[in-house]
Amino acid sequence: MILRAVFAGLLCLGVTVALGWAVLERPAPVENLPERVAAAMPESGVEHPITAVLLNFRSYDTLLEIAVLLLAVVVALALREAQPDRPEQMGLDNPLLRAVMAWLLPLMLVVAGFLLWAGAHQPGGAFQAGSVLAAAGVLLRLAGVTADWLDNAVLVRAGLALGLLTFLGIGMLVMLPGVPFLTYPAAHAGTLILVIELTLTLSIGLTLLSLFRLNPPYADDPDDARAQEAPKP
Amino acid sequence: MSGAISGYLVFAWSGVLLFGLGLFGFIAHRHIVRRLLAFNIMGSGVFLVLVGLAQDGRGVDPVPHAMVITGIVVAVASTALALVVFRRWYRASGRTDLPEDT
Repeated sequence: MILRAVFAGLLCLGVTVALGWAVLERPAPVENLPERVAAAMPESGVEHPITAVLLNFRSYDTLLEIAVLLLAVVVALALREAQPDRPEQMGLDNPLLRAVMAWLLPLMLVVAGFLLWAGAHQPGGAFQAGSVLAAAGVLLRLAGVTADWLDNAVLVRAGLALGLLTFLGIGMLVMLPGVPFLTYPAAHAGTLILVIELTLTLSIGLTLLSLFRLNPPYADDPDDARAQEAPKP
Repeated sequence: MSGAISGYLVFAWSGVLLFGLGLFGFIAHRHIVRRLLAFNIMGSGVFLVLVGLAQDGRGVDPVPHAMVITGIVVAVASTALALVVFRRWYRASGRTDLPEDT
């Protein structure tokens, strides 16, 4: 056991030193990407280079990443539903948490909206706004506040798929004039990106929240579960 | 470029250090949740290297930044999925490690 730890330590030290050396001696990039991005900015429809890369120049990557998120939540749903249903036990009975929620929740919603809007010209965007939305949902869940629509399977699934479907739909709609997939016309690029970001924010928030809700605090231990069914004398 | 200990390389080297620490945790521990944590630390190291190397003398390169922001959200989602799978494994077998590791 000690030998294993020593061996692992030496290996990791070697990898770390090699990586540090690689960072120091890395070759200079051949392409000047910042310059190319800056040159293409006027036709992107937004003013912030990261948002432009994310949703215009390399939107194919982003589309596939949204698909990965959807896939993760679909797998989690499939695994969850095979388990026996049990009554929900979540919600900390904490008056302080509930009181703070009343202050925090409107603030978080405003921050999410601001981040989404700010993405066009400064750091921000769908991923950040979606994460804030999901955090608000997690806090609500911890405070024991339930929302009936989150138990409506059809509604939740539609919300989960909304972002990817809108992204795909707009990507194919712009093909009508005969341009490649996801090539937005420069005149409407800003509006199209805002619509995509709005639906992505909702879907990302709902995806992260669903993944949290799919891990309810059950007694996982097989022995514990048996002990609950038949209390010991 | 060699020998330059400039400010922007600090982030990349912190990332390298995190990656090494995570790799050690990943090898040294057998508990699957500890391994997941170690794996996430390795991932954070990779993100830091990408973001750190994206800023050199010619300004900030937005392409790795865009990659990292989607990467963070995907990493969170995959961690949650891994936890769902781990809990199913624990419920089914009562074990916290994988049989191949022992």
